[in-house]
Formats: sequence, C-alpha cells, structure tokens
Amino acid sequence: MKTDIVIAGVGGQGILSIAACIGMAAIESGLHMKQSEVHGMSQRGGAVQSNLRISDREIASDLIPLGKAKLVLSVEPMESLRYLPWLSENGWLVTNTTPVKNITNYPDTEEIITEIRSLKNHIIVDADKLAREIGSPRSSNMVMLGAATPFINIGYDEIEKAVKRLFSKKGDNIADLNLKALRSGRSSSSSRL
Amino acid sequence: MEKLMLLGDEAVAKAGMDAGMSGIYAYPGTPSTEIMEYVQNSERASAEGIFCQWSANEKTAMEAALGMSYTGKRAMVCMKHVGLNVAADPFMNSAITGVNGGFLVIVADDPSMHSSQNEQDSRYYGKFAMVPVLEPSNQQESYDMVFYGFELSEKYRIPVMVRLTTRLSHSRSSVKPEASREQKKILLPSDPRQFVLLPAIARNRYKYLLSVQTDLERESEISSSFNKLLDGKDKSVGFIACGLAYNYLMEIMNDHEMDNPVLKISQYPLPSEKIEIITANCNKVVVIEEGYPLVEEMLRGFPVVNEKIEGRLDGTLPRDGELNPDHVAKALGIAVNEGPPVPPVVKNRPPSFCAGCGHIDMFNALIQAMERYGPGRVFSDIGCYTLGALPPYDAINSCVDMGASVTMAKGAADAGLHPSVCVIGDSTFTHSGMTGLLDAVNDISPITVLIGDNCTTGMTGGQESSATGRLEDICIGLGVVPDHIKLINPLKKHHGENVDTIIKELEYKGVSVIIARRECIQVTMRRKKQEKTYGNNRNQPSRKI
Ligand SMILES: Cc1ncc(C[n+]2csc(CCOP(=O)(O)OP(=O)(O)O)c2C)c(N)n1
Repeated sequence: MKTDIVIAGVGGQGILSIAACIGMAAIESGLHMKQSEVHGMSQRGGAVQSNLRISDREIASDLIPLGKAKLVLSVEPMESLRYLPWLSENGWLVTNTTPVKNITNYPDTEEIITEIRSLKNHIIVDADKLAREIGSPRSSNMVMLGAATPFINIGYDEIEKAVKRLFSKKGDNIADLNLKALRSGRSSSSSRL
Repeated sequence: MEKLMLLGDEAVAKAGMDAGMSGIYAYPGTPSTEIMEYVQNSERASAEGIFCQWSANEKTAMEAALGMSYTGKRAMVCMKHVGLNVAADPFMNSAITGVNGGFLVIVADDPSMHSSQNEQDSRYYGKFAMVPVLEPSNQQESYDMVFYGFELSEKYRIPVMVRLTTRLSHSRSSVKPEASREQKKILLPSDPRQFVLLPAIARNRYKYLLSVQTDLERESEISSSFNKLLDGKDKSVGFIACGLAYNYLMEIMNDHEMDNPVLKISQYPLPSEKIEIITANCNKVVVIEEGYPLVEEMLRGFPVVNEKIEGRLDGTLPRDGELNPDHVAKALGIAVNEGPPVPPVVKNRPPSFCAGCGHIDMFNALIQAMERYGPGRVFSDIGCYTLGALPPYDAINSCVDMGASVTMAKGAADAGLHPSVCVIGDSTFTHSGMTGLLDAVNDISPITVLIGDNCTTGMTGGQESSATGRLEDICIGLGVVPDHIKLINPLKKHHGENVDTIIKELEYKGVSVIIARRECIQVTMRRKKQEKTYGNNRNQPSRKI
C-alpha cells in the first residue's frame, strides 16, 4: 500500500499543518512516511507544495514521481491545477474554491472551476464558507483535510486524533474548532461520493 | 529509543546535541536555517549550556566555531552554500591549522536555486580544502553522520564537511536517535603553535594534511559503511549515485525490478577501489549526483569524451537544476507516465511582499524620489526587499551577494554616477555592508545608503538581526556625518516627508544613510499573538521575536 499526496497552496495558507496531521496519523498507524516541505522564499505568498508519501514499505525518494499521486489536495483552486502532471490516472483532486488573488493576472475563477470540473475525479469544496459556518474562519485548511480523508489510506479516527494532538497545544477550544472543521469537510465530500 | 519525525536539518541539529556538541554557530540561510533553530527551540540547549546564537555572518560563525574546537570541545557551524563563500577564508585555513575538538562544517546547497542566487556545489570546497565530505542520502544518515563526522574530525584532527541539499534539509522522515554523549572538557591543543599559520608552520601543517589523504580514502573505502557497492546481475549498465540521488535511483530500480550494480557514494574522498570495480564490471556507468558533475568529471578524466561514462555532461541527465525521480527514470530509459498537463489558465505565482510590509512604503517613496533622475541607479542586495525588483516596483538594478549593494553603489559613484543609491536590509548591512560603507566614508564616495530596517532577518523567517538598535551608532562609528544619517518611518501617511528626505540626501555629494525603520509585519503579528497567549510578559519562550 502506497499513498502519494501532493498538498498545494499559497505561502501562509497552512499547508504544513495539513501535512503534519496526515504524517502524525501515518506514523501512529505504523506506516512509513516521507514529507518534503517548502521553506524559504516561496513562503512569501508564492506557490507552495508539500510532497507527502505514505507506505507500508520503506520509501526511497522524498519526491513523488510524475503521474503517481493518488491525491492532490489544494487549499486554493488555481494551485490545484499546477500539480496535475503528478496526478495518477485514477487519482483524486480535492480543492477549495476560495482564490488567493495576490497576482495582477489572476484568471477568472469560473475558468479555473471549469478546468477542475473537466477532470474525472474531483471534489470541490467551499472550505472558507464551511469554516465560517462553524465559527472558525481560520480553519479552512482543516476543512480541506476533512474533505480529503476518504482518499487517504489511513483510518479516519487516526486523523482525528492527530488533529486533536496537534492543536491541543494551542488550547482545547482551538482543538475543538479544528475537529469541527475536519468533520464538516469530511461530511461535505462523503455526501458526494 | 523512540523514533522521531525530523527534517534533515533537524536530524543534524539533534545529532549535534546528542553527540555532545558544546556550541553551534550559524548565520541564517535557506535551506540551512532550521538546524540552528532546532537547537535554539530545544529545552536542552539552555539546560545543558549548548551555545546557540546567530552570528553576524558565516565568516564570524566559522571562526567562532573553530575557536571552540581549539578548546577541545565539539563545535558545529552551519550555513547555506553561498555562505561558505563568505567563510571560505577560515574554512580553507582551518584545513591547514587542523582542529582540536571535533569540528563539523554543515553546508546546505540549493540546487535549482529555490531561494538562492546560484546552485554552487559545496563538495568542490571540500575537495579544494582536502577535507572529508559526508553527503547523507536520508534523514537517518544525516543524524548518524554527525556522530561519525565528529569522531572522524577528532581522529585526524581536521574539519569535516557535511553537505546537505534543499530536498533533504526540508524533508521529514523518521530518525532513530542514539544515546546522548557528554560534552567534552576543555583541553587545549598539545602543540601551542598548531594554529599559528606562519609560513614555516603552515608548510608543515599542509604536509600533514597531504599525508592523511590516503587514510581518509581508506576511511571512505572500508572503515565506514556510508559508501556501499551493491552487486547486480545486469552488467550492461552500472550506477554511481551520490547522496540524495541514491534515493531516486532506488525508487526507479525497485519499481521496475531492475538488478544492476550500484555504488552509493556518501563519503569523500572517493573510494577508488569500489569505483574501479563497478567501472570494470559494467559496460557503462551512469553517474547520478545532486549538484555539479563533480564525480562524473573525475571519472571521465581527460579528454572528457568517455564512452563508458554517462551523466550530466552528455545530456543523459539535465546539466543544471535539482534532480528528481523522473530525471533518473528518463536516464534509465524508462517512460514516465505524466498526469494531465497544466492548463494555460494557471499563472505563475512568484513570491511577493506581505500585506502591510514596510518595504512597500520604502520603495514607493524611493521610486518617487528617483523619478527626476531616471532609471538604473539603484543597487540592491539580498533579502525580502529584493522583491522590489519585481513589478509593480521595478525599483532595483542589482542583487549579487550580501553587502554588494553598498560597494557597487560606491564603484558606480566613483565612476561618476550621481546619485548612486543602494538599498540594503538591516541584517545584510551588519553581515557585509558595514565594511563597504567604511570604504565609501574613507574615499568620500557620494552614495546614498537606504537601509530597510525591519528589525529582523526577514527573508529567512525572522531571526534576530545583529543590527537591531545599533544602526545609527554603527554608521556614526564608521564616520558617516551625523547630519546625514536620517531616520524615516515607512508608512503611507509619511510618504510625502519621506520622499523629501530621500531627495535631499540624493542631492548631497557625500555619504548619507537613510534608515527606513518599521518592524517586519510578520514579527509584529507573531509578537501580538504571543502577547495574547502569554500576556505582556517579555520573558516568555521563543527567542524568535
Ligand atoms: C552569504 C549569504 N548568507 C545568507 C544568505 C541568505 N539570506 C538571504 S536574504 C537574508 C536575510 C536578509 O535579512 P535583511 O537584510 O534584514 O532583509 P529582510 O529580508 O529582513 O528584508 C539571508 C540571511 C545569502 N543569500 N547569502
């Protein structure tokens, strides 16, 4: 069993927290894990991604080969498309709809959504809206993680536990909000499968 | 012992503490920064008195680490690849003086220039200095090599380099730590003149360095297990894979059930017997290395056309940039099943200033002040403010190496360009700008130095800046006339007065310094968050303010 995941977004959107949760859950499930991150210049509002590889066997490369990712999980719609060359034939693209328009030539959002809709396996979630609804606008990254959980080969319970562990450092209230966000994302994508 | 999930950088840092290092010295630089930060954020460092403060630049860091090694204690110095250019003088000479306590030089290269001006390969520096280079292929090796490196350094009493690359520095995987060692006690060098590089002594020291080269090769050949020769049935082609490249090779070979001889290189000088075996036994050898074709060039010899050797020089692999499993697959003649292409609707998203960054207002004022003089007169430097080169600002004309803005502006001024302006960050200024300013003062070169003082080392994530609270005093000390040291507050509401101040100083035919001071917005936000959690108590954790 091998799950390769590309997590995408814009510097500052919290993709490393998503990666950390999945990674922690993978380790707790006794799996091998490699996770490459972007630090440095691109974190200043540039395109960032994390390659996350999970397997029951030892993993060689830190980078995912082209066409091998089972999941592209993006917290920004245009960014989700940037990593299509890594998506495997039956892989899923799970993306947020809220754009980050920090460039002057940002395309029409409708055009982006049309491109995403043309893919065989996609889930589109308005994570920012769901996060606002549960009263935690900053938890949209956890909504997206929740929406992606059906495509990650790790027990959902383990992912919940990881989210709880990661955020309880910041207080029980914050942990609860993030768990709520996770659940809301999960039910939004599960209902569409 | 429990396994930990660590970045390559963190594995090095943790290993340093576990191996009994007494101090770590560094200047921030992607992808090496997280080594020092891991030590600083650990509770152990203060409990065990492990020195862990940022230095003003890589040269001062290297020298301080050498001084600690002089006392017999273990020391580590960390930097990005271009930092070793700055520290090249102490580095080359430390190979001659030799060391006393274990001395590790950790250099993180950045192939593909994710956050750098070039992609130079530090293994050349290791070869140049004739010291062992360790090149880990994964996080566990990054950890293990620190232990081994300290021992190797103490055994031969020479510096040892550990070369990382971005992908390993910033990739996380599990690491199994070893039991901790005690720090060493002070024990001064037995030869009081070991470190005195007067020619007569240096000649002897150099002969010593030359004399241990065969031993160092034996270490690479048989004593350590980092270089491995794995046999395979299919001898039509063999592979030599260095450091991280070994993983990409294994990824492809495992996936495609290939059975070829492989020589994994993770320690230099090169193990020549192992290389001879693989080259003799295979019809051809593909050399896969992250960085420049160092091993490939050595194997090709002269003339470089060598039918038996393939690699970056003949196009089997790309000549430049970071490797990945797909490059390696192609080199092995294996088709890559790429997913759908990126649709044209996807636009590039380069890095940009954070909303509310003081550099924005600084540039807006500078741009307006420069309007009357025309373009092409603003030298700049390395930091967040380098983003002033991008639209809509298009405000700077150079970014070469840390500190070069001041000296290039001086040279241009000496040539008659007036006004000649430089824009430099506070941390870059104390790293390498100060000495250039002294030149300008001594020669009365008419330049205007604009220091973007955000009171932190912003680009690398907000480390303390050696300049904080000292800039005016430094400039006065260097001889800048106090009347021409101006402080401005880069805020929209002060735009008009800021433009006026800049114009006045541009007209001045001497050295003037304008300090645009406003705290980095990221630091402000982080501080506010901390105050919310801990109240206004300034003694709270994180030194990273
Ligand atoms: C020799 C060298 N060391 C380190 C770096 C990495 N580096 C690039 S920018 C920078 C920070 C600059 O800080 P500052 O001058 O205060 O500017 P800011 O980013 O805060 O605007 C560093 C450390 C480098 N490029 N070259």
